[in-house]
Amino acid sequence: MGKVIVVTSGKGGVGKTTSTAALGAALAQRNERVVVVDFDVGLRNLDLVMGAERRVVYDLINVIQGEAKLSQALIRDKRLETLFLLPASQTRDKDNLTPEGVERVITELRRVFDWVICDSPAGIESGATLAMRHADMAVVVTNPEVSSVRDSDRIIGLLDSKTLKAERGERMEKHLLLTRYDANRAERGDMLKVEDVLEILSIPLIGIIPESMDVLRASNIGSPVTLADARSAPAMAYFEAARRLAGEVLPITVPGEKRGIFGKIFARRAA
Amino acid sequence: MTKMLTDARSIRIKGRSFLAVVLAPDLPFDDWLVRLDDLAARSAGFFLGRPVVLDVTDLPIDRAQLKELITELAGRNVNIMGIEGGRPSILGQGMPPALKGGRPVSDEAVAKEPIIELRNSEPKPSAPEARPTLQSIVIRDPVRSGQSVIFPEGDVTIIGSVASGAEIIAGGSIHIYGTLRGRAMAGSLGNASARIFCRKLEAELLAIDGIYKMADDMAPGLRGHSVQLWLEGDSIMAEKLI
Repeated sequence: MGKVIVVTSGKGGVGKTTSTAALGAALAQRNERVVVVDFDVGLRNLDLVMGAERRVVYDLINVIQGEAKLSQALIRDKRLETLFLLPASQTRDKDNLTPEGVERVITELRRVFDWVICDSPAGIESGATLAMRHADMAVVVTNPEVSSVRDSDRIIGLLDSKTLKAERGERMEKHLLLTRYDANRAERGDMLKVEDVLEILSIPLIGIIPESMDVLRASNIGSPVTLADARSAPAMAYFEAARRLAGEVLPITVPGEKRGIFGKIFARRAA
Repeated sequence: MTKMLTDARSIRIKGRSFLAVVLAPDLPFDDWLVRLDDLAARSAGFFLGRPVVLDVTDLPIDRAQLKELITELAGRNVNIMGIEGGRPSILGQGMPPALKGGRPVSDEAVAKEPIIELRNSEPKPSAPEARPTLQSIVIRDPVRSGQSVIFPEGDVTIIGSVASGAEIIAGGSIHIYGTLRGRAMAGSLGNASARIFCRKLEAELLAIDGIYKMADDMAPGLRGHSVQLWLEGDSIMAEKLI
């Protein structure tokens, strides 16, 4: 039985879709069978980031409505044998996403894949709550700024109350993925620091993705950053996050805190 | 034309909650008014100077009927300060404003007012007074943005933080073993001795017994510290806890 992960945030534009694609490609490179599922009906993006927009024939809604089989809607990645995409519908109404249909599709996917990664739409409406409903664990994507942190806090509250796990009285495993982190700006006080975000959200951290042009470039050529440029800083951070998701214990490095002038100043102050 | 402001003092606007008596009439109004008169006859001036809200939820009446009822009540010295549950179509100019969001209050809180004794004109044989059992709840998780903890029965203890956009409403005191970033309202049913304690104060709003304090009104020196807050007269006092 595979694991179902929801990638969620509450706020839009923080990097859910980018992170879904990057984590999916990172896990698939470990030779595990991965499917990334786009839940953003009407505003699908995951197909673009995965570079599969021209190969979409059937989508999640078609499968839910019984117009296509799951195997017909799944798109295999051209670069990675074990990576699949289940796209969202761009034209259908989001009300077609029914609880029963989602449950059926997720159950089927869980049987076939090691990892089912659900890319949640922004907001706290039915699309977002359905994307998290069947998850075993959640990746909460947060930018180091106050509005994103508060929205993530709200989503954590929903993960602890509206999911099947929560309703069964079990504890949903939640992980924080801090994206678009800029060490210099955090140091100047323009951004929240890592420890501030962790203090507010109080859930374990699985990775800090540095703000980088590599991410934007990868999205624009239709490739997850962990495939397009595996040696880049954000890709390395995603690879580490994927290993932590798989259960490995690795120390986390905060970007920009290893060396440099700041380290020296702080070392002296602390002494 | 610019109007010159000669007085530099600012207007003071405060939020406050009051306990109002809610009258829920039933149809036909004539019969109901007879019963009201009967009650009033046994307790002269019962409604005098008391805030009264008229609850017309689910009553199939039109504007004229409502207006007549209000006039009838005014004739009995019952002044209506607001109308609850009225459809917009029956409200209008010259009517008391619509109210919503009212919360029921335990009978105990109303019992402080003479209502109960007045219903039984004979003095009740004094039954051994049941001591209200003190209640409290403990929440062992952080309270997340958008969540509310409402516990009118007594004290609330939170082991964890209260996020920005979350709220705690307690009939008694509030204890937070974590950072208070949201709202805390203690003594919500009219308990002036309720207090708020928190390990780190970053609150958006604090209230004790209906007296409010917004983040901007708090002394900046208290932010980020362990603080307790209590009520003295009409003002919220605060002190650092070491």
